[in-house]
Formats: sequence, structure tokens, C-alpha cells
Amino acid sequence: MNVIELISVFAPEVWLSAMLVILLLVKIFSEGVNRTNVLFVISFFFIAAATATLVLKPQGSLFGGMFVVNSLIGIEKAILLLATFFISLIAFEWLRTFRNYIEFYLLLICILLGMFIMISAGHFLSFYLGLEMATIPLAALSAFDVEKSRSGEAGMKLILSSAFSSGILLMGISFMYGTCGSLYFDDVRAAFTGSTIQLAGFAFLLTGFAFKISIVPFHLWTADVYEGSPVAVTAFLSVVSKGAAVFIFLSALYNVFGSISGTWVYLLAILSVATMVLGNLFAIRQQNIKRFLAFSSITQAGYILIGIASGTIQGTASVVYFILVYLFSNLAAFTVVGVISEKTGKEDISDYNGLYKTNPRLSLVMMLALFSLAGIPPTAGFFGKWFLLASGISNGMFTLIIIASLNLVISLYYYLRVVKAMFVDVNDTPLKSIHAGFPARLGLVICSAAIILTGFFSFVYQYIYSFSNGLQ
Amino acid sequence: MNFSMTIWILILPLATFLITGLLGKSMPKQLSGILGTLSMGICAALAFNIAYNYFFLVGKVGDTFQTITVFKQTWLSFAPFPSGRAGDGLSIDMGIILDPISVMMLVVVTLVSFMVHLYSYSYMKDEPRFHIFFSFLSLFSFSMLGLVVASNIFQMYIFWELVGVSSFLLIGFYYDKPSAVAASKKAFIVTRFADLGFLIGILLLSFYSESLDFATIIERLSNPDSAFLQTATAAGFLGASAMTWALCLIFIGGAGKSAMFPLHIWLPDAMEGPTPVSALIHAATMVVAGVFLVARLFPLYNLIPAAHHMVMYVGAFSALFAAVIACTQTDIKRILAFSTMSQIGYMMFALGVSGYGGEEGLGYTASMFHLFTHAMFKALLFLGAGAVIHHVHSNDLSAMGGMRKQMPVTNILFLLACLAISGIPPLSGFFSKEEILTAAFNSNKLIYAVGILTAALTAFYMFRLYYSIFWNKSHQSEKAVHPSPLPARMNIHSDGERGRGEASASMLIALCLLGVGTAAAGFIPFSHYISSDGKLFDSEFHLNLALIAIGAGVTGILIATLFYLKPNNRSDKFAASMGGLLQAARNKFYVDEVYEFITKKIIFNLISAPAAWIDKNIVDRTMILAGEITALVSDEVKTMQSGKVYDYVIYFFIGVLAISVLAVFY
Repeated sequence: MNVIELISVFAPEVWLSAMLVILLLVKIFSEGVNRTNVLFVISFFFIAAATATLVLKPQGSLFGGMFVVNSLIGIEKAILLLATFFISLIAFEWLRTFRNYIEFYLLLICILLGMFIMISAGHFLSFYLGLEMATIPLAALSAFDVEKSRSGEAGMKLILSSAFSSGILLMGISFMYGTCGSLYFDDVRAAFTGSTIQLAGFAFLLTGFAFKISIVPFHLWTADVYEGSPVAVTAFLSVVSKGAAVFIFLSALYNVFGSISGTWVYLLAILSVATMVLGNLFAIRQQNIKRFLAFSSITQAGYILIGIASGTIQGTASVVYFILVYLFSNLAAFTVVGVISEKTGKEDISDYNGLYKTNPRLSLVMMLALFSLAGIPPTAGFFGKWFLLASGISNGMFTLIIIASLNLVISLYYYLRVVKAMFVDVNDTPLKSIHAGFPARLGLVICSAAIILTGFFSFVYQYIYSFSNGLQ
Repeated sequence: MNFSMTIWILILPLATFLITGLLGKSMPKQLSGILGTLSMGICAALAFNIAYNYFFLVGKVGDTFQTITVFKQTWLSFAPFPSGRAGDGLSIDMGIILDPISVMMLVVVTLVSFMVHLYSYSYMKDEPRFHIFFSFLSLFSFSMLGLVVASNIFQMYIFWELVGVSSFLLIGFYYDKPSAVAASKKAFIVTRFADLGFLIGILLLSFYSESLDFATIIERLSNPDSAFLQTATAAGFLGASAMTWALCLIFIGGAGKSAMFPLHIWLPDAMEGPTPVSALIHAATMVVAGVFLVARLFPLYNLIPAAHHMVMYVGAFSALFAAVIACTQTDIKRILAFSTMSQIGYMMFALGVSGYGGEEGLGYTASMFHLFTHAMFKALLFLGAGAVIHHVHSNDLSAMGGMRKQMPVTNILFLLACLAISGIPPLSGFFSKEEILTAAFNSNKLIYAVGILTAALTAFYMFRLYYSIFWNKSHQSEKAVHPSPLPARMNIHSDGERGRGEASASMLIALCLLGVGTAAAGFIPFSHYISSDGKLFDSEFHLNLALIAIGAGVTGILIATLFYLKPNNRSDKFAASMGGLLQAARNKFYVDEVYEFITKKIIFNLISAPAAWIDKNIVDRTMILAGEITALVSDEVKTMQSGKVYDYVIYFFIGVLAISVLAVFY
């Protein structure tokens, strides 16, 4: 394998690292550089990297099997890059006036790099390194809005909770090493016998993942961190961070712990029910729109678990597809929240009363996004949920599907509550008419189009399906 | 005959929706209405043409009506089954099929929709959002037409949801009226809830039949020897087979749209929408979607007794329940709403008592027949009521009375429709209802008794409605209790503007055309066209059964006549002016007392009032309570979220312990 081939296997990681160096140089020699241009170039970099990853489809393994890439992982990386592109559009206006705008991207790209290493991991050590590389800058990003104490609190809470979760995760990994004698995924799979120690180790690992995906009861950090962080960071946490964790969770369960699928299907079903029900119950009474979206994203994670638990090719495909659709819906909602928060500083649902009167376009996009999150056809969100439920049915999990359906109805209630606030409720002092900047409008247009069209282009699902694999 | 023009029936309303929706603001106000009406008129003409060609020229091969696939496009194919089972996997197709029931529905939907467009053109003329109303109407028509021609159950589901969305938009059209907004939201959520049943049912059916195509599903699951059916009936959950679950869940979806008990609670509230909308959506088209769905999958229901019985009992109960409640209502549109629910109950239980094939399938034919005739006379009733409401500016019966002189045409047409729904020959309702009752008589005597009782009640409340609007002028007895909210305005209309009483021309044309349908539709020999297995048969006419049904209708009408034709102090006048007839008048008075006792005391107080009370306080309240409990629990669990990291860690730790214990000991 020559150097070119070697590099091509981890091309996205190389691009990200190169961008890190370039941004550092820009930071040093940045006197007189036009900020807007830099921000545009960065946004363009993300979308270009996403496209290139999708086209080049890096494949192979490196570092003695510690770093593995296949087509599905390529798609996953492209999805994460695409999401980061939208987040750069959300953050655009905010960063244009923010002092440390280069640092924001330095941290963001670091996180992305860590996530890429994590989802390509073929070894528990590289997995753990990637995870930590993503987590610590993430806490810094949460605390990035230095002028707000809530932002600092968010960062603190994230780092403390993460530390606790990492500790337990590490203990799980050490149990694996103690009983299997190796940390390669393949070796662990071969040596996995299902002894008590191994099962306990597996449970610890599971909680580590559950923390990242914010599954009940490991979700408690979510609402506080989401509320306190800057909107762009919240969007990042709810989509990219969660998506990356779901991807590695999926491949770890299917590739390493396939032999005890009976146990984890059962566990995931319980966690899924708890997550959907509690997420919904919390979401109903939230007043802050970011907290509201936080709990909505927790509930969505509950549905994702159904797809994971099915253990089939269809399950994998439906989860990846769902994340893609969820990306568009959630980021559209966050972009609207971001625009409003940036221009008026208002973040409560009651502030959205009568929004349609003054900002019809933003209201319509928000409605579309919420409908997609609620899974109302013909938005893409409906197809995402449909595929998840279909993969659940094919595994015979009827009770779970029924509970999930009931939760879909409950969630419809609170999504409609926000829609009602925007379109029906009267407000003597509605928010003023807001002119969103070009980047935000671009993001909203792309997301809206994707929400309407993704479901109708069957090609998307089939493409993901063709690279998916089931339980090993 | 090439049926490819069927696709224009879908394209035209969609195009109209897009044009009037996007450009309506910039075009002259009337143009959007003309455009919508015109495109629906063309659709109706096309539908009649298709029906003629299908039923009389090419649809029949031998003695069986064929299913013609006009167009089919694979839109999304799932890869082969993950479990490695045989079969080429699922695919979602978009297609158009023509078979007897879909052709009939095309005629019903386009015809009623055309009439409603025509009617709305002048009914809504003062509405500033005129073009939006018409674009919503087009959207609804498009979705409903897409639903009836769907070749694939998933395609049907998508249109099903679109129908729900457009109905939501139309009910809430007066968005500045809080009750309309609440009603549209309620309709949307209740039917969405039911739709989830439908969705899970689809998932189950498609999983066991490995197909989403109607024809393939029915072919694979209706043959008792097929491996597909055996797997589906062998797999069980909570004591019922997967097949039973699938059909019951699909029925729940249908019951939600068709307002069957206890999912009917949205229908009366939905009357907040504009009246033409009620005529279109809540009388003739959307609410029969559930009946259509069951009819579409009828060969499967016929195989699974549990699901089939569910259809029958739910239908019969809803028919009776709604009829009883209709007797107590005073809002003209609410009476019609409950009446619709009751008539749809008829269609449902007709399917429930029906067998499969030949004469056994009489119930199926009768149900579709009643769907057809009901669409005519119920649309007429709603549009007639709309004309009255337009005139009186109130929905309440106490604001009406004596209108027959001001609205002579409406009066006659309304009477025609009332007679039709009461099952008086030779109007259409008589034939279809008689067929339903015959089918019930042959199958289940209890259901038959319920049907007869409902028929009598139907005649009673319809004529109570009719007399209260068009005859009984002063309403003195009721006025004493409920003073009319708008007496002044009513007087202006009845005395000062006598000449301007009747509705405008385009409204009257729509009413008259529907009147023709109401009078004539009954003479169509339906069993020659529509039957459960596509083979024709001759339905026999049973004179005895017909007489019983007519008797029930006439009794109801007579009771209503005695009560509501004139104000109740009639007997006093008799006594004063005609001394010789005093004794007779006394007798009448005595009869009145008995009737009063039976209807007002027993039916009203003992049955109707409690039924209405149960409906309002228990059925509605249960739903509200469920919401309140959720909110309460939500408040409780919020304390978990204390904002303190060490609390979070404790929960985290509990979670770790629980998962470890489960993982190790499971």
C-alpha cells in the first residue's frame, strides 16, 4: 500500500487536520482578514468535504486494524459533515460579531475529528481516544458564550457528567480486556462467552453509549446543557454529537456483541420505552424552546433504539436514514430558533405567540420542521419513523411498537402546541419582523426542500440500504 | 377502452390547488372559484364517462367485473426480506386501479365535490379568503380521489393522511374563531390517533403478506391454504392472531375517519367549519373512507370472524347511539352530524353482516349502495341547511321556523331528502336501507332489530328537524325555556324581506341536481354492478321486510308530525273553535301526553339525555382526563430535573446498576 492509498483511507480526517492547521495560521496572521470571507470558506469546506467523502468512498483499514472504514462509515461521515455545514450557517451571524470566531471552528473541527476516529474504530482504545477527543472540546464549546453564566454552567455540567460516564465506560473496557485479553473488536467478539464479568462490562459500556445518545435515565445533563449553550452548539449536540454516538453504538452492538443479542434487544426495548415516555412527559411542560427541543430530541432517540434493536440490515439502514432526516428537521428548527434568538434574544415558546403575523416565512419553516419531527406525512420525518417501525415489526416487537405509536400521538400534541402558538395565539407584542441573513436563509431553504423531498426520492434509502449490514 | 385519462382526475384538482393556492392572491377574486368549479366539473364528467365505459362496455369479462390497473409505478422498493424469507420483498407503488367500488367512489366524490364547488361559489362570496378556500377544496378533492383509486395500501395511507390534513385546514378555515381552531385540532388529533392503528395494521399485513399491493395482499391472505395466511394466523399476541390484530387495527383507522363510537367525538365539533365543507367532507366523502377501507379489504375481514364481528357491532352500536343523541340536539348541523354517524354505522354493520360471494354478499352490495345514496341525500341536507343558515344567520333550531314560505324550493328539496333518509319509497334511501335491513335480517336478528329501531328514530329526528325549520313557527313552548338569541334578525327576514328569502341561483342549481340524485339513485340495480366478488346477482325484494322498514319510518314521521308540525297549544284552539271535535281533541291531547311521556320523559330523559351525558362527560372526559393525567405526571417527573449535577449522577448510577443487573440476570 503506497502513501497515496494510505492517505485516501483516512482522507476526511486528513482534510480536517489540514483545516485545523490552516485556521491556526489564519488566527496568527489574521490582521485585516475579512471575517465574512473566512466564515464562508469554512462553510464551503464542510459541504465540499461531505461531497468528496460521499464520492470518494474511502475504504480499508489502518494502524493494524485500529482504524476501519467501509462504505457505510463513509456515508455516516458525510452525514456528519453535512450537519456541520448547516451548523456553520446557523452560527454565521453570531460569529461575525464574536471575538473568538476562529477558536469556535478550531474546537468544532477537533470534535469532528474525534468523532470520525470514534466511528471508524476497530479497537476499544481508538474508540475511547476518539470519544474523549470529541468530548472535552465539546464542553469548551458549550461554555463558549463567555458573557453568559448559563453557558459556563452548561460547559461545567457537561464535563462533569462526561467524566463520570467515561469512568464507567473505561471500567467496562477494562473488564473486556481482563476477560478477552485483547481490545480489538474482532478479538473481543471471538472471545466473548457471556460470563458474568463480561456481561457487567457490557452493561457499563452500554451506559457510556446511552449517556452520549441521552437515553433515560442518563439524559439529565441534556436539558441544562442544551438550554445554556449557544444555539449553534445546542444544534451540534443534538444532531452531530448524537448521530456519531448512534453510529458507533450500532456498529459496536452488531459487530462485537452480536452473540448476546437476546440480552441487548431486551435491554434496548426497556430503555426505548423509558426514553420515549419520559422524554415526552418532560417535553409537554417545557417553556423554553431550546429545552423543548432538547426533550424532543431525547424522545427521538427512543425511536432510534427501536431500529437498533431490530438487529437487521433494514434496522441499520433505517437508523442511518432516520438520522439523515432528523438532521434536516432538527436543524431547520434550530436555525429558526437561532435567527430569532440572535436578533431578539427571545427563547421562550410564549415569545413565539403570533409569530406568523410578523414572520410568516420563519413560521412556515418551523411548522414544516415540527411536522417532520412529529412524523406527519408526507414530510421526510414520517418516512424515517415508518422505516424504524417497520424494522421493529419485522423483529416481532409488537408491544414496543404499540407503545411507540402511543408516544407518537403524545408528541404530536406538544409539537402542535408550538405550531398553535405561532399561528393561532394572539399576542399584543409579537416579535418584530426579522430579516434573516443570507446563510441562515440558505440553510432554511435547503432543509425545507430536503424535508419535503427526501421521503419521495426512494433512491436515498436504497443507497443507504445497499451498504448496510445486519447483525454479525 | 383506454382508461389512461383517469389520471387527469387526479392532475386537475392538484393543478387547481397549486394555481389558486400560489397565484390566487394576484388573480381576480372570482377567477379562483370559477377555475376550481370548472376543473371539478371536468373531473365529474370524466368520472361519469369512466363509469359508463367501465360498467357497461369493458369492465365486465364473462360475468365478473375486472380490476383494471390503469397505471402503476414502483416508487420505493425495500430490498429482499432481511430474515432471508422467500419473496422479492416489499415495494411501494403509486398506481391507479379501477374496480367497481373505486369507480363508484370516483363518481360520488367528483359529483358531490362539483356540487359543493358550485354551491360555495355564492355561499362564500363575501369571504376575503375566497381563493384560499377554493384551493383547500381542490386539495381535499385531490387527496380523496387519490385515496379511492389507490392500488397500494401504503399509497392509500399517504392520501388518507393528506385527506386528514386538508380536512384540518378546512374545519379550521375560520381561524379567528377559537372554537373552529379547537375543533380542527381535535379532529386532527383524534383521527391521527386512529391512523396509528391503521399504520401498525399496514405494517403487520405487509409483513405477513410480503406485499403492500392490495391485489397481492388479498390474493395471498384470503386463500385458506396459503402459507402466508397460515403464518399470519399462527403468530399470536395477547391471545389473538397477528392477522386478527392487523385487521382490527386497520378497522380502528377506518373507525377514526368514519366517526365510529368511541372515536366519533371529533365529528360534531367539526361542524365549526363552513357548511359546504361539512357537506363535502363530513357527509359524502371523507367520513365514508373507513367504510371504503373495510370494503377494499373485505375478503380478509370475511375470513377472520373476530374482526368481522367487531365491524358489525361497532357499526350497529354507533348507528343506534348516534340516532338517540340526534333526538336531543338543537343545533341544525350537529343533528346532521350525528345523523351522518348513524348512517355510516348502517354501512359498517351492513359490511359486518355480509358474507362473501353471490347472494351471501348482499350486505356488501347494500353497504356500497347506501354509501352512494347517502352521499346524495346527506349532501343535499347539509347544503339545504347551509342555505337556511345563510338566511337566518344562526345554527340554532329555536331561531328558525315557518321558513317554507320564504324558501319554497329549499323546503321541497329538504323534505325530499328527509323522506329519503327516513326510508320512504320510492326515494333512494328506501332501497338502500331496505337492502341493508334484509341482509341484517338474514344474518343476525339482533342487528336487524337495532336497524329497525334506528330507522324509526332517524325518521323522528329528521322530521323534528324539518318541521322545526320549515313549519312550527313560534316555538312557544321551547322559547319559554330557551329564548332565541336572534329573534329580531329573524323577524326582519321573515317579514320585511320576504322576496329575498330563497338562496342564490348557483346554490339552487347544486341543490336541485342533488335532489334529482336523491330521487333517482334508488332505481339503480346496484347488485348488477357491485358485489363482494365482482360477480353479479339479482337482489330479491322482500315485501314483508320492506313493509316493516317503511312502517318504522312512517311511525317516526308521525310522532314528529304530532309534536313539531305546529306549536303544542294546538289542542286549545281546537277546543275553542270546534266544540264538536272537543272529544277528539281531548283524545289527541291524551295521545300527546302519552307521546310526551314516551318521547320526552322516557326517550329524552332516560335514554337520550344519559347517552348525551355519557358522550359528553365520559367519552369526551376520558380523553381529556388522559391528557390531564399526562400533564400531571409530567409535572411530577419534572422534579427529577433538579439542575444539580450530583443528583444527575445519582440517577446515572441507579441506571448503571439497573442495567447491569438486567444484563447479568436476564
